[in-house]
Amino acid sequence: MESKLGLNIELVNQARESAARVAADVQGFIDQHTTVTVERAVCRLLGIDGVNDMDVPMPNVVVDHLLASSMLPAGAAWAIGNAMIETGKDPQGVAEAVDAGEIDLSKLPAHSDEEIRAVITPVVNATMERINKNVRERNEFLKEFGDKEGPYLYIIVATGNIYEDIIQAKAGAKQGADIIAVIRTTGQSLLDYVPYGATTEGFGGTYATQENFRLMREALDEVGKEQKRYIRLCNYCSGLCMPEIAAMGALERLDVMLNDALYGILFRDINMQRTIVDQYFSRVINGYAGVIINTGEDNYLTTDDAITAAHTVLASQFLNEAFAKEAGMREEQMGLGHAFEMDPSVENTFLYELAQAQMAREIFPKAPLKYMPPTKFMTGNIFRGHIQDALFNMITILTGQKLQLLGMMTEAIHTPFMSDRALAIENAQYIFRTMKDLGGELIYKEGGIIRTRANEVLTKAADLLKEIEDLGLFTTIEKGIFADVKRPKDGGKGLAGVVVKDDKYFNPFIEVMKGRVAE
Amino acid sequence: MSSGLYNTHKIDFDTTLDLTRLKPYGDTMNDGKVQTSFTLPVKDDERGEEAARQIAKKMGLDEPNVAFHTALDEEFTFYVVYGSCVHTVNYEDIHVITVESDTMDMETTNDYIRENIGRKVVMLGASTGTDAHTVGIDAIMNRKGFAGHYGLERYDMIEALNMGSQVLNEDFIKKALEIHADVLLVSQTVTQKDVHIQNLTNLIELLEAEGLRDKFIVCCGGPRITHELAKELGYDAGFGAGKYADDVASFAVTEMVKRGMK
Repeated sequence: MESKLGLNIELVNQARESAARVAADVQGFIDQHTTVTVERAVCRLLGIDGVNDMDVPMPNVVVDHLLASSMLPAGAAWAIGNAMIETGKDPQGVAEAVDAGEIDLSKLPAHSDEEIRAVITPVVNATMERINKNVRERNEFLKEFGDKEGPYLYIIVATGNIYEDIIQAKAGAKQGADIIAVIRTTGQSLLDYVPYGATTEGFGGTYATQENFRLMREALDEVGKEQKRYIRLCNYCSGLCMPEIAAMGALERLDVMLNDALYGILFRDINMQRTIVDQYFSRVINGYAGVIINTGEDNYLTTDDAITAAHTVLASQFLNEAFAKEAGMREEQMGLGHAFEMDPSVENTFLYELAQAQMAREIFPKAPLKYMPPTKFMTGNIFRGHIQDALFNMITILTGQKLQLLGMMTEAIHTPFMSDRALAIENAQYIFRTMKDLGGELIYKEGGIIRTRANEVLTKAADLLKEIEDLGLFTTIEKGIFADVKRPKDGGKGLAGVVVKDDKYFNPFIEVMKGRVAE
Repeated sequence: MSSGLYNTHKIDFDTTLDLTRLKPYGDTMNDGKVQTSFTLPVKDDERGEEAARQIAKKMGLDEPNVAFHTALDEEFTFYVVYGSCVHTVNYEDIHVITVESDTMDMETTNDYIRENIGRKVVMLGASTGTDAHTVGIDAIMNRKGFAGHYGLERYDMIEALNMGSQVLNEDFIKKALEIHADVLLVSQTVTQKDVHIQNLTNLIELLEAEGLRDKFIVCCGGPRITHELAKELGYDAGFGAGKYADDVASFAVTEMVKRGMK
């Protein structure tokens, strides 16, 4: 694509290299550590599921036991494999025996790595086959119905009740939505476990559980067949259970998952060491399962000013790209995020938004960019809000954004009504239809506002990345350079769940998933 | 629709404003005109349209006009309806108790604290009792704030600590003493069986029993909280829907100065 902005390519390359060095620097730390949720994700992928009498998820039962008996540094795969040899049980059987107090994994005689590998590998292969089958199913749907050209219309459902969500999601899909995201209940990101089963109560959203994933997947496949379109399902990896939720997503064929390398640290006060290790495995899983990740740069703009902080969005996009590459992910799966959040009372902000969106498009040409609608300056004046959403939709179609999170005129009032969604879809479809090829007709004036703005933002982002490169990621966050949020290296939630791996450690799933996509 | 582009109706009502019989205003005094839109879980056909009209009538809309209807799904239809509201209210009789402080923005509040208090103000917040919802207290306290209003954590001159949800009143008070809090913020989202009232009352009783009530500015908030209710329960202020961190901060710091807390 020819640059419409006359971007300084050397500066783009410099920024990208800085980000790559920041990620590579942290990767050493990641490789030395594991966390409770990484190991619970391994348990889940080994087929451990369900809850005990006290409603504790079985992966937590096993991993809590390993942590308490100082076995976690060897990893769940080693401990479970060892117990499988000793007891002849499958992983679920081992978990149940641990729960019943029948076995203590730390008291079992240690078998050789070869023996352990020999019992674990068939279990790993069975899971890989299940994920492969999911990806094949997705590819078959896409082959049969074709994939949508132009932006995917992305809507959210958030009733708290999965069965009610299904009704809303199906209606949304029939109205034209391409992606349904089920918003999670308030506070789930801070739970250090994943709730179990179908759920009907939530606040501001619905629990992410594997059963809820399955129910929604089934419903969307049904409506997709009827509509002859593949309807993508989205949920959220962010929080204290990033890799576990990614694993559930792989097992139940989710297509899009929120997964930001830094979001949990900055906006949920999750410990940075914890998140940085967790995001890695979750991205390896997402990568293999063919999931498009969504990154959370829009959050910088809800806390900070979108006009002055625009470069932090671009810098974060570079970092998210670099971390995704470290996890072996393809660019085609990197739904780097940004948002239409500039103050409508300021002159020419539409031009700045246009510059920002076009710049992201040119710098990350293969990425299916995720574009978030106005929220910060939505006031409850639904009539103006509908127009703000229309301007947002115009930027999308002019600049080729891909995952279009539809703006709701009732933003800041309530979670969307069925009619709010229908009106939002109608708004987007109208603009996408009537302005379909307008972007291709436009060139931006040399030395004009749009080109100048894009290059200014790029320059600032490259400078910021240089600074981060010099300081290192952890120190950068400690100093509050990102989003003006300071987080100490040993502060925040979840640090107790981070351990240094020992030399017995292995994660059989990273070995087979990293850098590959299921076919 | 039948009424056409221009209002050709003969006006057969009194068009003088009477504040004891207040009505919505469309383009003529006392015409009572309102717009409403809603969805009915039925097919988009004449019967559904009539149902929409009847619903509007029951809402008190005379001569309802279904201006637009469209199917959202096979069994869901969206209606836009106009009509004339038959109800009136007596404006003269309406008295509202509101929090009496002018809301300042973040920087003004910071300056106000610097000038009038001269040190950081310590604010402790929690969703207390059995309430597991942090959405309210997060909206007020977290840096990110809500709807474009920065949270208290972002204020340079406020030391804000959010204890999260399901905090016992006893633990809340203990923490308040430990960090030398000036302001206590209690969020209550769940209101089933008035559990919030019992819990809010309990906190004030505990504070009074220990002789601590005057040491703190105590505010409560939540979607069903009004300032009037809060005052009744012994709080200094109550913040309902549509109130943000700046409202809470402005009230708390001006109240501190009023009371001579330094």
